[in-house]
Amino acid sequence: METNTPLLEMVGISKRFPGVVALDNVSLNVHQGEIVALIGENGAGKSTLMKILGGAISRDDGSINIDGTPVEIRSPANASSLGIEFIHQELSVLDNLDVAANIFLHREPTTGGFLKLIDRNRIYRDSDVLLKKLGLNISSRTSLEQLSIAQQQLVEIARALSAGARIIIMDEPTSSLTLTETRRLLEIVKDLKAEQVSIIYISHRMHEVEEIADRAVVLRDGRNAGEIQQRNEITHERMVRMMVGRDLKDFFKGERPGNGHVQQGAGFEVRKLRTQRYPNHTISFTVAPGEVLGLAGLVGAGRSEVARAIFGVEPALEADMAVNGVDLHIKNAHDAITRGVYLIPEDRRQNGLIVDFNVRENISLPNLENFSSAKIIDRGRETKLAIDACKSINIKTPSPEMRAANLSGGNQQKVVLARWLTFSPKVLIFDEPTRGIDVGAKSEIYALIRKLAAEGVSVVVISSEMEEVLGISDRIAVMHEGKLTGILNRPQFSEEAVMRLATGVEG
Amino acid sequence: MKKELGIFVLLIILCVIVSVINPNFLAAINLQNLARQIGAFGIFSIGLGLVIITGGIELSVGSMMALLGVLLSMMLTEWGFPVFIGIIACIGLSMVLSLGHGLLITRMNMQPFIVTLCGLLFYRGLARFITKDETKGFGTVAGLDFLRFTANGNLLGIPMPFVLLIVIAAITFVVLHRSVYGRYLFATGRNAEAARYAGINTNRIITLSYVIAGALTAVSGIIFAFYTNSVSPANHGNAYELYGIAAAVLGGCSLRGGEGSVIGILIGTALLQVLRNLVNLLGIPSSLDFAVMGAVILIGVMADQIFTERRNRRQLALVRESAARDATPAA
Repeated sequence: METNTPLLEMVGISKRFPGVVALDNVSLNVHQGEIVALIGENGAGKSTLMKILGGAISRDDGSINIDGTPVEIRSPANASSLGIEFIHQELSVLDNLDVAANIFLHREPTTGGFLKLIDRNRIYRDSDVLLKKLGLNISSRTSLEQLSIAQQQLVEIARALSAGARIIIMDEPTSSLTLTETRRLLEIVKDLKAEQVSIIYISHRMHEVEEIADRAVVLRDGRNAGEIQQRNEITHERMVRMMVGRDLKDFFKGERPGNGHVQQGAGFEVRKLRTQRYPNHTISFTVAPGEVLGLAGLVGAGRSEVARAIFGVEPALEADMAVNGVDLHIKNAHDAITRGVYLIPEDRRQNGLIVDFNVRENISLPNLENFSSAKIIDRGRETKLAIDACKSINIKTPSPEMRAANLSGGNQQKVVLARWLTFSPKVLIFDEPTRGIDVGAKSEIYALIRKLAAEGVSVVVISSEMEEVLGISDRIAVMHEGKLTGILNRPQFSEEAVMRLATGVEG
Repeated sequence: MKKELGIFVLLIILCVIVSVINPNFLAAINLQNLARQIGAFGIFSIGLGLVIITGGIELSVGSMMALLGVLLSMMLTEWGFPVFIGIIACIGLSMVLSLGHGLLITRMNMQPFIVTLCGLLFYRGLARFITKDETKGFGTVAGLDFLRFTANGNLLGIPMPFVLLIVIAAITFVVLHRSVYGRYLFATGRNAEAARYAGINTNRIITLSYVIAGALTAVSGIIFAFYTNSVSPANHGNAYELYGIAAAVLGGCSLRGGEGSVIGILIGTALLQVLRNLVNLLGIPSSLDFAVMGAVILIGVMADQIFTERRNRRQLALVRESAARDATPAA
């Protein structure tokens, strides 16, 4: 490795969010013209680290040096002036403007003195040169909305280059690209390297990392988990091992419920399900009464789409499902609710709850018809229901009249669950049930999931947290880019096994 | 309820000030007139309020009233329709057109502002076209006593439109604040996405709110037609939708949706009419009446914003306190 000063040194970076340590003493060096892959599971801290570098959030501890000089990065504009550009996973181009306007956004060269007219000739001329360099055969006057995702991404790269980027951060750049587009992007990344631009490449796709990375830095639980220094030692197997190699935390130690309460019977059967996001993949699985099926996979694998399609809030292209042998016809959430199928959605503030409603109104909302006579709500019964629900699953709120927005994440999640418990659920789908929830509330949620399973409910738990999915599930179904790559039984459970399926190695 | 209290206090203060400066404010005839105006404006404002609670808007109210007014006149004086049929036809037509608004908004995903703006233009033009831009009226045609009484009569000294408003307000109060539909309406307005996840058919809820608004607009429209006794298709009801929106917003409805109450809309309507009355009674140049209204609405809504933020902060403090209390025994 080079012995000269690295272009970028991040030393001892720490970041705490309320209740969580997102980064703990993490270091990262990048040399000029080097491609460094930053890898790790969901929530390992990659994004947080890169957001700090990109100036989107501030660090609590540690230092950042560029060319050996300490710098403070307080805003994205700050980062940009230091030559750091961030290509986000969700593209941040403005599709109502043309290519040149996007490339020069916020850095428009002006003419006409105080009038500050945009120097249109220059931005189109310069943009065309950049586009040609990136092999993008379009005019810089094309509107962004006419471009494919891959082309828009190249426009972002062009923007980074025109800003004089020395370090380009690419967060999952290939997640929405086709195979050919991916090939092309990888070639461009190599070209950039040849021009002495440094790349920090975040990807879940191990074969891409194998192909282009000079070095791979692994994060795990917000800490450095090792580094693969030699290009030829960067292999899929080795990276997966480093990403997952850790002990399970206390939650699940010695607590392997196994198939204790899995009952006989058909339970919940998904025979054929196709979602709009991945129309070419048909999903099928079954969940016996009393069983907890984990649904693992990396971000964007299509798990939430499956959940939403089952629950009827997103129309499915094909849905052949049954509960206890009875066919399910679900066109909307109301159908699902009346048939005993419930979803605790991923984004509880946006989809799970009406945060401006109070706890009572949130709990009773889907079941109001049953708490009213002649369509007039029986306030007494409604309040009693809410109080009972708060007691039975221990929702901590001063009163049922408290706005849900004011509750902690864990208590909000329990409110979402409480509303479905006013029915008698047959199928419960939890989408990331403990995201953003503190440790104490987490174990309460796990206990509730187990209790519901013990009562004969078929439970599906979508989770990106490895230990959660290994700890709570009786079986684990793993998805990769819309495809169900395998279903693991308890004896086969291991982080490596899940990770292998989640990264697309057929199991 | 706290929200309405602030605006109610403002209303009382205004009334006191006006009556001190000009005691004629409290004269029976003035109060009667005021009540009649409040009644006629209040009825459609409640409908508009429901639409606003879903996060929508209805701009075609004034034009709709012009269209219904001229049609009613033609039906009763030219085509010889029975009164009862005329009333049903007016209300029915308004509901059907409003259903159209609702369907365009929910099924075609069009913006409520655009859809109802087109309504505003279209109905006005239609009213002028079918009348060849001539003023239509009821003159002294016989057999319309019931409608004349509804607009201009009194029941035990209380103007009929006000009586009607109270009845309609009582019904909508129950619907909005006590019924399942009302709860769904608030849920949809607050967060349509979350409402859908709770199994609510938000499209139906929203469409229904436009239909109800249409019905109430027709009732108000019939009253206005007989109150003025002549309907000039180019001017009748001009800008009335703005009175309704202003009343709803003054009364605590948020244009973002999900907030509002029948009581608030009533107080808001009353406040607006008192302001118009005040401009007359205090000898303020009548050219200033819109300016006065604008200023009062701005101040009212600003004050409400400040109070709301303060209340939310207080609730948050309460939660922290109770969380701290929960934590102490464990520590």
